[in-house]
Amino acid sequence: MRKLWRFTGGIKLNGFKALSNNAINYDLPIPEKLILPVRQHIGDVTKPLVYVGDHVFKGQLLASSTSFISAPVHASSSGTIVDIGKYPIPHQSGISESCIVIETDGLDEWDPTISANIHPEKLTVEQLHALIKSAGIVGLGGAVFPSAAKLKPTRPIKTLIINGVECEPYITCDDVLMQSRSDEIIRGVMLLKKMLSPDECTIAIEDNKPNAKRALENALKKMYSAGVDETTNINVIAIPTIFPAGSEKQLIKVLTGKEVPQQGLPYEVGVVCLNVGTTAAVYDAVYQGQPLISRVVTVTGPEISQPQNYQVLLGTPVNHLLEASGGTKTDNYKLIMGGPMMGMRLPDSQVPIVKASNCILVESLAQKQNEKVMPCIRCGACTTVCPMKLLPQQLYWHAKSKNFEKLDHYNLSDCIECGCCALVCPSKIPLVHYFRYAKSEKSENEIKEKLADQSRIRSLARVERLEKIKREVEERKAKRKADRQKKKSIESKKEKVKGEAPTKNTESGERKEVEPKKVAIG
Amino acid sequence: MEIIALTALALIFGGLLGFTAIYFRVEGDPIVDSIDAILPQTQCGQCGYPGCKPYAEALAAEKAEINQCPPGGESGMKALAELLGREPIPLNLENNIADEGLPMLAIINEDTCIGCTKCVQVCPVDAIVGAAKQIHNVIDMYCTGCELCLPPLCPVENCIVMKPVEQTVKTWKWVNPQIRLEDTAA
Repeated sequence: MRKLWRFTGGIKLNGFKALSNNAINYDLPIPEKLILPVRQHIGDVTKPLVYVGDHVFKGQLLASSTSFISAPVHASSSGTIVDIGKYPIPHQSGISESCIVIETDGLDEWDPTISANIHPEKLTVEQLHALIKSAGIVGLGGAVFPSAAKLKPTRPIKTLIINGVECEPYITCDDVLMQSRSDEIIRGVMLLKKMLSPDECTIAIEDNKPNAKRALENALKKMYSAGVDETTNINVIAIPTIFPAGSEKQLIKVLTGKEVPQQGLPYEVGVVCLNVGTTAAVYDAVYQGQPLISRVVTVTGPEISQPQNYQVLLGTPVNHLLEASGGTKTDNYKLIMGGPMMGMRLPDSQVPIVKASNCILVESLAQKQNEKVMPCIRCGACTTVCPMKLLPQQLYWHAKSKNFEKLDHYNLSDCIECGCCALVCPSKIPLVHYFRYAKSEKSENEIKEKLADQSRIRSLARVERLEKIKREVEERKAKRKADRQKKKSIESKKEKVKGEAPTKNTESGERKEVEPKKVAIG
Repeated sequence: MEIIALTALALIFGGLLGFTAIYFRVEGDPIVDSIDAILPQTQCGQCGYPGCKPYAEALAAEKAEINQCPPGGESGMKALAELLGREPIPLNLENNIADEGLPMLAIINEDTCIGCTKCVQVCPVDAIVGAAKQIHNVIDMYCTGCELCLPPLCPVENCIVMKPVEQTVKTWKWVNPQIRLEDTAA
C-alpha cells in the first residue's frame, strides 16, 4: 500500500455525482452555429487564418498560436465562416471577445489531410511535442494551460500525475470518460511517459469513483497481458474524497508529500500533473491525428430535467445543451460553468462551450436569497478549512478596508478561490468574492502603474526633445547674428579705409578701439 | 593627548563626510521623484502646471495644494498627503474634465481630419502621429486620455472625440462586495 499524505484544510462535500455518472451521450445533434473564441486558454491570443465566406472542414486550423504559451483553434465541424467578430464568451462579466462563427453544413466532413498515424509508437519525443502543440491541447481540468508548454520541463521529472480526482460536486465528465475510454487514456499516459521519462506514474482517482478505477485497472491488466511492459510502473491510486483534492498543488501534496513553492510550478518539485481528459486528447492527437475539437461536458444540477454527459463540439451554445437535456424545470434558474464551489456564473445561455467547460450546472435562483450576511464573529472556521494555509479572516478585513499592501503580506495571490472558507462561514460572508475583488483591484493598479511609467518616460523624452530643438534654434540664431556682425564690421572697416575723411578724425578714432573686440568675439 | 585624538577624529570624519558628499551625491531632488511616482502621468495639465513633473516640483517646493490632480483621484490625494505630511483636503474638481474617472482614449475621425498637426504638437506623450496635410492618428497604447488635443485646439468639429477604453477579460474588475450588499439591503 502506497503512503498518502494529507493536505491542510479542505471539506468533505456531498457529491451529487449519481445524477449524471452513467454514460457519455455521443448523439448530440450538430448545432446550426458554432462560436469559437480565438482565446480559449491561458496565455496569448491566437491569430485567425480564415476569412468570412471561407468553407472549412472539420479539424481545419482556424487560428494559429502566436507564442510558446498559446494554443491554436480548429473548426469543430464543417461549414462556412459567417462572421469573425465580438461575441459574449463564457465569463462572469458577460464581456465579448473575438470569435470565429461557423454556420455548419451538417455533413461533419473531416479535413482530408487528417489521418491516423500508422506507427504512433515510433514517433520521437520532438514529433510528439509538435503534434500536441499543433492539436491545440490545453489542460482540460479547467485551468486551460497549454499542455505543450507543460511537457517541456527544464528539470528531470520524478513523478507524472494523471489527475482523475474530479473533486467538485456534481461534475462527472472525467468519471465517465475514465469508464468509457480507459484504453485510450492508458495509451495516452504511455505517450506522456515517453515524453517526460518519469520514475513513476500515478493515476489518482477519488475513492467515490470505484467504477472508473476498476475500468482503468482492467485496461492496464489487459495491456500488460498483451505484452506491453511499459505499463509496469503505472499505478492507479484511490485517494480520500476531500475537496479540493483535485487542485494541482493539493494533489501533489497528497501523493508525494511535496509542496509546490509559492508562485512556483509543479516541475520545480519534479512533478508534472495532467488531467485525464487532457491525456485522452493527447491520444486522439497522436494516434488519430485529430486536433482538440470536442470534449465531454456534464449537464447537471437540481433544475435540469435529464442530467447527462455529452461529447460536445467546442463552440456549441450552452442553450443547445439545455434543450437536449429536456430543458430546465423552472424559469427561475441560474447557469454555472464548472462546479458549485469554483464555477463561474454565466450571464447568458448563448455563450459557447469552450475548452475549459467541464460542466454546466443548473441551480435554482431561490436557493441563496434568504441568506443574510452577518458581521464576522472571528470564529476562525475559515482558517481551519483553507487548503492553502492562508488566513481568510485577515484577508477579509484588509480587502474590506482596501488595504492592498497588507494583502500582499498575507499572500492573497496564493488563494486558489476554492470557496471552502465562504462555505463554512457561519455569518455567510462572501469571502471569495472579496478576494476576487481585491485581486482585480490589485491587477488594475499594476496595469495603471505600468502605463504611468510608460507615459513618464515618453513625456520626459518629449520635453528633452523640445528643449534640444529650442537650444539648437537659439544657437543657430546666435551664430547668424554673429556672422552678420562680423560681415558688418569688415564692411565698415573697408568703408573706413576708403572714405577716411579728415573731418571725422576724432569719431573714427573712438570706433577703432571698439571694433577689434567685436571681431575677436565673432 | 586628548587634543591630538580629537583633532585626528575630526579630520577622519571630516574626510569621510567630504568623500561621501562627492561620491554618493544625489542628482536632483529625491522628493520630486517620489511625488512624481504617485502622480498618474496623464500629463493633462488640469493642475495648472504643464505636466506631472512640474506639478511634482511645485508640490515639493510647497507652492501647490495636494488636491489639484483629478485623474489621481481621492486615493492619489491621500497618498500625497501621507508622503508630504499634509492634511488631506477634498479634491479640487473645478477643472475636472473627465466624468466618473473612466479611462478614456482620444480617437481621430479620419474623414474630417485636415492634417493641421496641432494635436501632434500638443500631445504630451507623443501619442499622435501625422504630418502636415496627412491624416493623423492616435496610438491607442500610448494615449493617456488627457484631452489636450480636443477642440478648441482641434479646429474641426467632431474630428477628435473621446471614447471609453474597451474592457477585456484582463481589465474587467469584480464589483466591491460591500457595494453589492448595500444595494440588496436597500
